[in-house]
Amino acid sequence: MSLLHAVFATADSPSSASSSPWHFFGYFLDHRSQDLSWLWTHTWLSVVPVIVGLLIALPLGWLSRRYGWLYPPMVSITGLLYTIPSIALFVLVPPLLGLSSLDPLQVPIALTVYSVALLVRVVADGLASVPEEVNQAATAIGYGRARRLFAVELPVAVPVIAAGLRVATVSNVSMVAIAGTIGMSNLGQLFQIGKDLSTPTAYYPPIVLGIVLCVLLALVLDALIILATRLMTPWRRAVPAK
Amino acid sequence: MATGGAGEMIGQVFSWLTDSAHWRDTPLDTGITTQLLAHIKFSLIAVGIAGAIALPLGLFIGHTRRATFLVAGANALRSLPSVGLLVLLTVMIAPHFHGRTDVGFVIPTEIVLVLLAIPPILSNTYAGVDNVSPAVTDAARGMGMRGRQILFGVELPCSLPLIFSGIRSATLQVIATATIASFVPLGGLGRFIYDGLQQQDYPQMIGGGVLVAALALTADMLLALIQRLVVSRGISGRFSKSGGAAADAVDAAITRAEVAPV
Amino acid sequence: MIRFESASKTYPDGTVAVDALDLVAPSGQITVLVGPSGCGKTTSLRMINRMIDATGGRILLDDQDVAKVEPAQLRRGIGYVIQHAGLFPHRTIIDNIASVPLMLGTSKKEARAGAMDLLDRVGLDQKFARRYPAQLSGGQQQRVGVARALAADPPVMLMDEPFSAVDPVVREQLQDEFLRLQSDLGKTIVFVTHDIDEAIKLGDQVAVLRVGGHLAQMATPAELLSNPVDDFVANFVGRDRGYRALGFEAVGQLPLEPEPTVSLESSFAEASKVATDGWVLVLDAGRHPQGWLAIADGPSAGSDSIDRGRLRRGGTVASVDGTYRAVLDAALSSPTGRGVVVGHDGTFAGTLNATQVVALIESRAGAAS
Ligand SMILES: Nc1ncnc2c1ncn2[C@@H]1O[C@H](COP(=O)(O)OP(=O)(O)O)[C@@H](O)[C@H]1O
Ligand SMILES: [Mg+2]
Repeated sequence: MSLLHAVFATADSPSSASSSPWHFFGYFLDHRSQDLSWLWTHTWLSVVPVIVGLLIALPLGWLSRRYGWLYPPMVSITGLLYTIPSIALFVLVPPLLGLSSLDPLQVPIALTVYSVALLVRVVADGLASVPEEVNQAATAIGYGRARRLFAVELPVAVPVIAAGLRVATVSNVSMVAIAGTIGMSNLGQLFQIGKDLSTPTAYYPPIVLGIVLCVLLALVLDALIILATRLMTPWRRAVPAK
Repeated sequence: MATGGAGEMIGQVFSWLTDSAHWRDTPLDTGITTQLLAHIKFSLIAVGIAGAIALPLGLFIGHTRRATFLVAGANALRSLPSVGLLVLLTVMIAPHFHGRTDVGFVIPTEIVLVLLAIPPILSNTYAGVDNVSPAVTDAARGMGMRGRQILFGVELPCSLPLIFSGIRSATLQVIATATIASFVPLGGLGRFIYDGLQQQDYPQMIGGGVLVAALALTADMLLALIQRLVVSRGISGRFSKSGGAAADAVDAAITRAEVAPV
Repeated sequence: MIRFESASKTYPDGTVAVDALDLVAPSGQITVLVGPSGCGKTTSLRMINRMIDATGGRILLDDQDVAKVEPAQLRRGIGYVIQHAGLFPHRTIIDNIASVPLMLGTSKKEARAGAMDLLDRVGLDQKFARRYPAQLSGGQQQRVGVARALAADPPVMLMDEPFSAVDPVVREQLQDEFLRLQSDLGKTIVFVTHDIDEAIKLGDQVAVLRVGGHLAQMATPAELLSNPVDDFVANFVGRDRGYRALGFEAVGQLPLEPEPTVSLESSFAEASKVATDGWVLVLDAGRHPQGWLAIADGPSAGSDSIDRGRLRRGGTVASVDGTYRAVLDAALSSPTGRGVVVGHDGTFAGTLNATQVVALIESRAGAAS
């Protein structure tokens, strides 16, 4: 780390004053503890709502699959939620739930609502993607409803659900940054700082650092989901017999 | 703000929204009407430009199956944080414009909004054309339709449902993200959210949120309506199913009767 | 007439799908290309309308080299029907059928009127006109596919496994109607199938292809059954071909036996008087055979009339100019062993038993050798 620091420092001397976009790494090193803490908050704000959202969406999706009449209203209501802009939802959550404005729970709750909205449909469609013969075969060999759900339907639906999780997670990373602009402490703060420091002349490092860290976070989370999906669905890697 | 229940706050937001003074411009403040129109204008321009780029491109890629990497490339744009990009472009571009014009803020905003709107329109248009049954395009070719006739007479109408869903999600994202244009700072409904935040005027801030949500819902409903009018019932499946099914059952019975051994 | 002159197709990946094919599909007839999957049938067919361009040799359509005609122009004069119909999902049935005439500049009104007539011709009710393809069964869609190909009245039709995706009962019905339609229209048809039974049923002549796109044999169905050129064709044509070949030869003069009959209105007593070996054939008032009555079954309960419910109706009925196969089947399926033969108008003509039919078949074989 210190070697890298040295390299960057010499490339961009004097280190802390440079406003070059490429100085973002030096900027990161100079404000390491602050940036890492924002990165950490950003990460859990991106991940936890998706996990909670999935836990809520699983039973809802299953219900709207099990009772077909539930599907249309469930999909329209959750679709409607998805049309509400994130920033609007951030500011609407406190008054609706009786929280104070800028409550730390405001953002995760709003993001959880989005994740549920997206994932209910995904879970229902994923379960619907399980071929009917597979379900019948499971029933025929004596699986009960619960066992069939956990041992057959959900595993087979994993690819569809995982695709939904990827969309939810990647868009969460971007939405968390938006929450940064209304004062929440996460990587979005870097954009606030960059904007404030850019008068009268542009000061790029925090802005570029924020973008780089957000993109990296999105890519890493996306890759983790892909990896987890592969581990959970070994049969999809089987080469079809010719 | 810790005091006062949810009910009280909702009441205050309601009176903020219904106070006609807030809708008019004053020498000091820009009213809701003006900001709403500005918000609609930003969004329309962005969706319009994105559509003008992504629709023909998606149709071309789907029809020729060439340059499909562009679709993947556009999808990679989705992981860019829109606020970050907006601040970056503003810092880069705004200083080049001086005086009373807000062009220096409009350009970065529109770039971000267009970049945001392209991936859903492009990938859905491509997927729509790509999903048209090969039997259908084969039949079209076999009856002597030329490339253009197949594209506009068959592939485009068949992909409309997916194209519309792409345009609808692009529009929703653009309306939502146009809000953060006020962060750089520019007009639009986001103004109320950021001003309210700064002035600790929470009814104004939440009122702004309500307005953005209402605009998004209205736009989506409008597009849904257009979609209903434009998409063939043969594809949307909005034909009288009951009548069709019953008739099919009768036909099946007739068919069986006709071929029964005599 | 369509003529393949050592036409070949090598795909870019090196696959030789068709190898120097020489073949003539005569005007006004159905030429069937049949062979195992992957033998190059589809490739051969699609080279005719240039959906695929030949890489060697040439294909002549009425002495015109298709390679010299602009593809779209060429295709507009050739009807094309494929396995899954490929109907346009966004157009109503009537507009699907009118597609080609509209493209050729026919007025909308005229094109739709023509499409309505075609709906009739392919055996679909006019009420389907305003429906969309998704509202039709597979068999109905396939009929629309045929109607659409016929709409501009092209002299030539190319059909690639058009009936393969529907269930056997509907398939049989579609085949019968297709033959009826062709007897009216007399198109030049090239028909691709992997089903040898379909080939034999529909073809005026059948071309058997082997994998690699080689023509193994080109013959009429009867010839193919009776005289396969090699083991490949013999195997492909399959078992029972001796029996199936009987289906292509009319018997000619039938040495019919007289058979005592009664009418449905006759009394049971009358019936038992004329019965032979305990059986009597019952006709209706128009002398159409109704079924065999077993004297042992007795009369209708509490009367002296014939119990219609007990007539044995299982036997098939052969026509006086029927094939050996039809007559033999009538004999074998009759409960009495006496096969029922009717005249052209469907009225009873006489009976013939299996021994007599076999004697006919043998005397024919003897005459042949
Ligand atoms: N586009 C293509 N590229 C490469 N090989 C092909 C292509 N289309 C067909 N083939 C090959 O050519 C051969 C003949 O194919 P086809 O004409 O479709 O056969 P059939 O219709 O008799 O089943 C097969 O071996 C097939 O795999
Ligand atoms: Mg084929």
